[in-house]
Amino acid sequence: MRTGRVVTALAAAAMLSLSGCSSSDDDDADSGSTGGASESSGGAQGTVRIGIKFDQPGLGFKDGDEYTGFDVDVARYVANELGYGEDQIEFVQSPSAQRENLLETGQVDMIFATYSITDKRKEVVSFGGPYFVAGQDLLVAADDDSIKGPEDLEGKNLCSVTGSTSAQRIKDEYATGTNLLEQPGYAECVTALTAGSVDAVTTDDIILAGLAAVPANKGKVKVVGNPFSEENYGVGLPKDSDKCEAINTAIKKMIEDGTWDELLADNVGASGYKANTDLNPPKPAACS
Amino acid sequence: MDDGYLQQYVSLFEEFDVIGAFWVNIQLTVYAGILGLVLGTVLATMRISPVPSLRWAGSAYVTVFRNTPLTIIMVFCVLGLWGQLGWTLSPDFTTNFFRFAVVALTVYHAAFFCEALRSGVNTVPIGQAEAARAIGLSFLPAARLVILPQAFRGSVAPLGNVLIALIKNSTVAAAAGVAEAAGLMKTMIEFRPDVILAIFLTFAFGFVVLVVPVGMATTALSRRLAVVR
Amino acid sequence: MTDSPLFDTPGPRARRRMLWMNIVGALVVAGIGFLVLRAFAAKGQLDADLWNPFVGSRAWENFLLPGLKDTLKAAGISIVTASIFGIVFGIGRLSRSSLVRRVSGAIVEFFRAVPVLLMMIFFYLGIARLHVVEPADLPLVAVVLGLTFYNGSVFAELIRSGVHSLPRGQREAALAVGLRPTQSLRLIEVPQALIAMLPAIASQLVVILKDTALGSIITYPDLLDAARRLGSGDGNILQALMIAAGMFIVINYALTRLAGRLARRVGGRTAGRPRAEAPGLAVGPGAT
Repeated sequence: MRTGRVVTALAAAAMLSLSGCSSSDDDDADSGSTGGASESSGGAQGTVRIGIKFDQPGLGFKDGDEYTGFDVDVARYVANELGYGEDQIEFVQSPSAQRENLLETGQVDMIFATYSITDKRKEVVSFGGPYFVAGQDLLVAADDDSIKGPEDLEGKNLCSVTGSTSAQRIKDEYATGTNLLEQPGYAECVTALTAGSVDAVTTDDIILAGLAAVPANKGKVKVVGNPFSEENYGVGLPKDSDKCEAINTAIKKMIEDGTWDELLADNVGASGYKANTDLNPPKPAACS
Repeated sequence: MDDGYLQQYVSLFEEFDVIGAFWVNIQLTVYAGILGLVLGTVLATMRISPVPSLRWAGSAYVTVFRNTPLTIIMVFCVLGLWGQLGWTLSPDFTTNFFRFAVVALTVYHAAFFCEALRSGVNTVPIGQAEAARAIGLSFLPAARLVILPQAFRGSVAPLGNVLIALIKNSTVAAAAGVAEAAGLMKTMIEFRPDVILAIFLTFAFGFVVLVVPVGMATTALSRRLAVVR
Repeated sequence: MTDSPLFDTPGPRARRRMLWMNIVGALVVAGIGFLVLRAFAAKGQLDADLWNPFVGSRAWENFLLPGLKDTLKAAGISIVTASIFGIVFGIGRLSRSSLVRRVSGAIVEFFRAVPVLLMMIFFYLGIARLHVVEPADLPLVAVVLGLTFYNGSVFAELIRSGVHSLPRGQREAALAVGLRPTQSLRLIEVPQALIAMLPAIASQLVVILKDTALGSIITYPDLLDAARRLGSGDGNILQALMIAAGMFIVINYALTRLAGRLARRVGGRTAGRPRAEAPGLAVGPGAT
């Protein structure tokens, strides 16, 4: 156990020195916070491995040695409340398809990666939170007023990522005549959108807002703002985790002290996107 | 427990069209194989032609396309040619991307077909070329009637290798939005992480079934067709 | 190439005709290039905003160079391990024991038939459940294993066919001076086979380098993944991929040239005929 930690630390140190960049610690929460909130045994010692997206601007994005985005900032806040300092957090890339696997095999301790709470997923993993309620929405060209919702997509070209259910849902439930293009990532979809080859990109509204907030896309695309599903973003935890209560307490505190609003505005506010206030900020559900 | 696993496994096939996905890979392979071989032959002819600029163009083509990851070529075909330039290869939305995937696989593997053929050209003894010239054939007839037929026979094995690579690389078509086996595997793993090992073995086995006969056939063919010298 | 056996040296008339054709050809190519560029410009893809990031140091320091480093790291390790795998099973396929020969043959054929991507996913998921590897190293290990088994099998085939391409006298001479068959294989035949197969091995190295890009699906942060991430964050994915493609082309071209030079230099040290192509699948002519 002890040697394992040493190896991890050494590896992390080696990585840092190899990439030749010192990580700048401009974190929003002070890293000196003591482990007062920690309820799990030895929570303030060692490192916590947190799964995030590396490729979604505005939510979870890796830029050199810096990690940015709403999910990342929420993760930092929660980890701090659990007693982990900034230097004790290790971020791990968690693409959608790998999230259950990463938790089940203990490669990560928790996941903040646009992870919707569903009954099917609850069979294999546990969830803390939710810390945000997103909804499926559409991203369209800034000057396009013809698409107001999924029903308007009849005969139009729609882009989403491979293996995603959200695009299929539109085809099944709203507009059967939609042409579906599946791409490896959302950025590819946005490129096709700005060139006018597809008419809309679909996924959760906050992800779209993150894409729209990218400087190069500003003014070219907009989020329609008519969400037609409810996605409760939770904190993914291993099935036997005892951290759920502490995480929910941290999330409640984050919402109450105004940090939540601040983080949301900082990360995706530039797109003009406003979170659905009927559902947000959410109340963390009871832990099972 | 074992019984349940088996049932879970069988239910996969009802839920997902695995055979259909592999059929897409086979179609991609056949179309790109034929087109790639044609383009590869043209390139190989260019690379041994008397015109320096054609030789240069041929080798430039091979250098560029052989050294670029296929995924990037695939993305450029879709996002570049279709997404930016607005080219369409078919009025039908799905067919359009299938054809772009075929184009990407073709231009990539043509470089490899070309190199395989060139290695076949190297097995043709110089005497054959000299004899062709001696009876008055100019370059193109000599290539068409004497050199290339023998080169094809001499390069069946390397051509077979390219074909095998093509079968496996057809999985990259997922990047062009084509619903094929690798994409389906990803979807299946996402929806049914409980039977992940079975899913993997199914797809691995599917490729073994596709690839091994091709390998054996080309090996047998290369021995039958080998020009005895 | 004027001494090519395939055609006569072009005379003055043919040379004049070629010159005209070249001019016309160059004009046509330039014309097409111009039209394509104009179309891209019309879509704003040539805007300075989208290309400027590559002039600054952030794109290189934070994305492209770390990505390149990881690509080279995975490729470098894989080359070594695949060579070991290849030599072991290549000799196994030449063994005097038919059992060893058959087992080696089956292993080599299986791993050559399965797409590398599938193997990477499998090792990634499988090893995670065994808990034998530090989680942070898992993607690298899975990438290296996938590349090792596939390319090692190709190397094994190369060694086998290289040995078969040696003149029989080499082995006979070795036996005549009192070496045992295994010694002859190890000391006389395999080294010469390796040299004879150097060009083919070199083109396989290019394959390894390119295939590290498949690792992005199991969260290995290779060059392609880094480029895609950069493109997502800056909204210029086409440009980022084009730069990555350029980097791949330059490195692979250099690698091929280097290997070609090496092959020419050591070419005299083998009795075999250097071949640039990987040998055919299944049993070759000499195997019994």
